[in-house]
Amino acid sequence: MSSDGVVIVGAGHAAGTLAAGLRQGGYTQPIRLIGAEPLPPYQRPPLSKAWLKGEADPAGLLLRPASFYAEHDIDLRLSTRVTGIDRAASRVRLDSGETLAYEHLVLATGSRLRRLEVPGIDSEGIFELRTEADAQALRARLGPGVRLAVVGGGYIGLEVAATARGLGAEVVVIEREQRLLARVASQPLSAFFADFHRAKGVTLMLAASVAGFATTAGKVTGVTLASGQTIDCDLALVGIGALANDALAIEAGLVCRDGVVVDEQALTSDPAIFAIGDCTQRPMPRYGRTVRLESVPNALEQARQVVARLCGKPMPAAEAPWFWSEQYELRLQIAGLSLDVATTVVRGDPASSRFAVFHLDAGNRLQALEAVNSPAEFAAARQWVTAGQIIEPARAADTALPVKQIVQSVSGAA
Amino acid sequence: MAKVTYIEFSGKPHTVDVLIGTSVMRGAVDNGVPGIDGDCGGECACATCHVYVDPAWLALTGSRTEMEQSMLSFAAGTEDNSRLSCQIAMSAALDGLVVKLPEGQH
Repeated sequence: MSSDGVVIVGAGHAAGTLAAGLRQGGYTQPIRLIGAEPLPPYQRPPLSKAWLKGEADPAGLLLRPASFYAEHDIDLRLSTRVTGIDRAASRVRLDSGETLAYEHLVLATGSRLRRLEVPGIDSEGIFELRTEADAQALRARLGPGVRLAVVGGGYIGLEVAATARGLGAEVVVIEREQRLLARVASQPLSAFFADFHRAKGVTLMLAASVAGFATTAGKVTGVTLASGQTIDCDLALVGIGALANDALAIEAGLVCRDGVVVDEQALTSDPAIFAIGDCTQRPMPRYGRTVRLESVPNALEQARQVVARLCGKPMPAAEAPWFWSEQYELRLQIAGLSLDVATTVVRGDPASSRFAVFHLDAGNRLQALEAVNSPAEFAAARQWVTAGQIIEPARAADTALPVKQIVQSVSGAA
Repeated sequence: MAKVTYIEFSGKPHTVDVLIGTSVMRGAVDNGVPGIDGDCGGECACATCHVYVDPAWLALTGSRTEMEQSMLSFAAGTEDNSRLSCQIAMSAALDGLVVKLPEGQH
């Protein structure tokens, strides 16, 4: 018996993983994947790292080979946008005018970059980095001696700064807050990355607001700060955060609040509609609140929830959120969310570029851990955060103790 | 191309062609073999591509990297022949490789 199957809006990391996961899970109904970009689902994380450096094979960016979708009876429609959802009729409308019926709809619309609304922002030479096309355009311009101004000291900005330095560019990072990674990392980690980037020759300008861009004949020549100072540059990259793509959901009357509100099975306020990935506001029972996360593991976890639901399989166990970044020879891995933190403990010496920052709540439960070149601490923390493990601060700080022995004396404590 | 046989936890085998120069993880993902996730895309950051290398192939697949060792030391069901398959580079010498998959990757 055939149904209208699943229509997936978006063809990014979450969507591609979901489509493949449904077929692996034995789902036999139609699957339609609608993507605005011209490429089949691909990985975005390398765009600011190995791929931007030119080290990665372009085909390696794709989540699956382009032939995978037809081979698995997945109808992949690229360069196509969904322009509306008719919930009463269970249909979506495409920009071609065509409509598609669905039994289940999945919104995997991702996020879009926050726009910097200042004079000159549309000048030639100002880039953003979200898509493969963005990365291509930026990569074509980076090289030895090129002066790059990075607006925004978040992960994208810092990863591009590191990559650009590796390619011989001169780099200035301009950050509005008092420290790098202000919204997404702890103070010790921010300080470490600031020192590291400076040592690599990056100029950091903190607590600096951008007033506009200086231009000549429509081309960017500098970044003008609120202080009046101008930073000369040949190129600028703007990375100042992202917003949920929830316009379709809002227009369709789904409950949205900084993202499409979903439950622990990725279901929206309409039982026929799921939402997964960056566009969702999701419950995080471990922290007693809902959050909107921009990360690949988050998107994949929610894709697995939809697979379980539609294939009649057990719901996957909840996992601690996690994140990773690469800059120069540094690998940063973060487990958990730094919420309700009462105590912060640094294990190891940041000067060695190998250390971990433990974030404990008032009851010494591990809320989050930031690990620089410390995979054992990270791997342990993913389990400890999920379990709400209590950690004795002095033991966390004691590098003479192997990672596995940090919790031994306190297991079972209330 | 070289052949790799992935054996699901249930015992179901999948023999597929894997491009030489890619990884044993990539071979599973590209061919839709269930049981290997590769969430981080092969960065040795997530430990969701855990496999057990058939003992006959252990000498040819090499040894764990330090990073891989750390990630595996906290993975569920790690055995002496456990590897992260993103860290096993596919080569002509591995034509015929057999790996078994754990019960889950998460």
